[in-house]
Amino acid sequence: MTAEMTLPPTNTRTIDWAALREDFPILHQRVHGRPLLYLDNAATTQKPRAVLDALCGYYERDNANVHRGVHELSNRATAAYEGARERAARFLNARRSEEIIFTRGTTEGINLVANTWGAKHLQSGDVILLTEMEHHSNIVPWQLLAGRTGARLAFLPITGDEGLLDLSRLDEWLTTDVKLLAFTHISNTLGTINPAAQLCSQARQRGIVTLVDAAQSAGHRPLDVQAIGCDFLALSGHKMCGPTGSGVLYGRIERLADMPPWHGGGDMIESVDYHHSTWKQPPHKFEAGTPNIAGAIALAAAMDYLDAVGRDKIAQHDEELGAYAFERLTALKGLRLLGPRLGRAGVVSFMLGDIHAHDVVTFADQAGIALRGGHHCNQPLMKKLGLESTSRASFYLYNTTDEIDRLTETLREIQKYFTTASAPSA
Amino acid sequence: MFDNLNDLYQQVILDHSKAPRNFGELPGADHFAEGRNPLCGDQVSVAVKMQGDVIEDIRFKGSGCAIAKASASVMTTALKGKTLNEARTLFEKFHELVLTGQAAPCAQLGKLSVFGGVHRYPARVKCAILAWHAALAAMAGDQKKVSTE
Ligand SMILES: Cc1ncc(COP(=O)(O)O)c(C=O)c1O
Repeated sequence: MTAEMTLPPTNTRTIDWAALREDFPILHQRVHGRPLLYLDNAATTQKPRAVLDALCGYYERDNANVHRGVHELSNRATAAYEGARERAARFLNARRSEEIIFTRGTTEGINLVANTWGAKHLQSGDVILLTEMEHHSNIVPWQLLAGRTGARLAFLPITGDEGLLDLSRLDEWLTTDVKLLAFTHISNTLGTINPAAQLCSQARQRGIVTLVDAAQSAGHRPLDVQAIGCDFLALSGHKMCGPTGSGVLYGRIERLADMPPWHGGGDMIESVDYHHSTWKQPPHKFEAGTPNIAGAIALAAAMDYLDAVGRDKIAQHDEELGAYAFERLTALKGLRLLGPRLGRAGVVSFMLGDIHAHDVVTFADQAGIALRGGHHCNQPLMKKLGLESTSRASFYLYNTTDEIDRLTETLREIQKYFTTASAPSA
Repeated sequence: MFDNLNDLYQQVILDHSKAPRNFGELPGADHFAEGRNPLCGDQVSVAVKMQGDVIEDIRFKGSGCAIAKASASVMTTALKGKTLNEARTLFEKFHELVLTGQAAPCAQLGKLSVFGGVHRYPARVKCAILAWHAALAAMAGDQKKVSTE
């Protein structure tokens, strides 16, 4: 709608990715005297002008509470907020907009499912099947639920540094005790792209409910919840050009209809008396209190922006950058890179010889490059790989192969600093 | 390109991080503690052998960035032979140094003064004090886990 894109909407056009940088005001600055090179997109992405305008425009023109007033501004705010729900439904190809619940992000979406569907349907002895590459936000909510219900967790194994799920024995893992399969679509550490549709279809054949953590995929490739066949899918707005504190939980309507509410309060009720209340229908049943109205509206603007660029094109660009980074970085002496060689997302985690990730990130920062160093909220995975931390570069639509060259050269300089500067002294 | 970082990554720090002193098991140790930095997952454990009130020997194990490793290493060389009270006083001065870049005038910091550049990198202060927290916790109790959070 409002995305200010000058590109012709044809499928064959090629995109000048560097030119897209003009849409992102924050990118035009120097850090420690050098042009900012932002490579921490898996943590959060930057926001295009169209999204900033949507946020600002809402507060400047339409701000009012939703679903409550009859005055003009409240009507406008409600229409824009519910319009954002429809936009999100189209973005994910949900059957209907009632399947879209606005959340603060992926973490809240997963906790919502654990505390509603999980609390109602899981019992002692049931198994919650995750994978060994999950983010803490797709582990800890299930641990809490397991503690309350007596259910237990199991983890689909991955194959070493290559970081692929070992699917050859998937059938053996999908036992009759398994009630839920929850997995990440794209690993924020390994860059692995999991075959979401295949996993969901095999689980579904056995009556297992599925949840997809789409935090890393939603802004990076086309997503179709019907084609994937999942019951739930959670995403974060801030990782896909949208504002922080915005997000979506998709839930198949049959599941949502069979879930108790989570948070209680205004907006989610039909009627309240002192001792008893009744709930609205989904999705409102799951949105207690004043929601992040501006966030949802700006998230819809982010969806417009991504679709104007073309999510299929973004996915292709991502994979090109991932493959290029793999080639360039693995050519550095002593560099160990995690994750698959082919078909990877634009996320590369690596160890630069024995130089600790925090040192790498401090030096890269001096060179104007934003990397992340640490465990990336993947401590169990790190332990499994025998690591404490890695450095990570993660790409987005405004990154280019030239920037990966700059990263490579900087890493080479860092290696040089640590080998020549540290000849042992007394 | 990295000249600005020379005050943080001083030669002594690079040296100690590459070849840490007093690294490994300490046979006969009677006080232990583990320190953890939840931000990066770094972890250092310190073992101390006390002779009355005096630190007879001290060693550390674990992993961390150059700052954390060098700090642990320099710390062990500074603490050997000190009393518990001297160790606490030294830590206070060291802590002030890494927070402000300024050492109290009478501070006998010796080699510890190479950490004077840390205060300009607030995210790295925790790296510099991780081992100290573990060492003091070890001497105060016996088996403890400490965290920089
Ligand atoms: C794979 C994955 N899942 C979940 C999350 C959590 O997202 P948020 O912090 O936005 O809730 C992240 C973000 O770091 C992630 O990378």
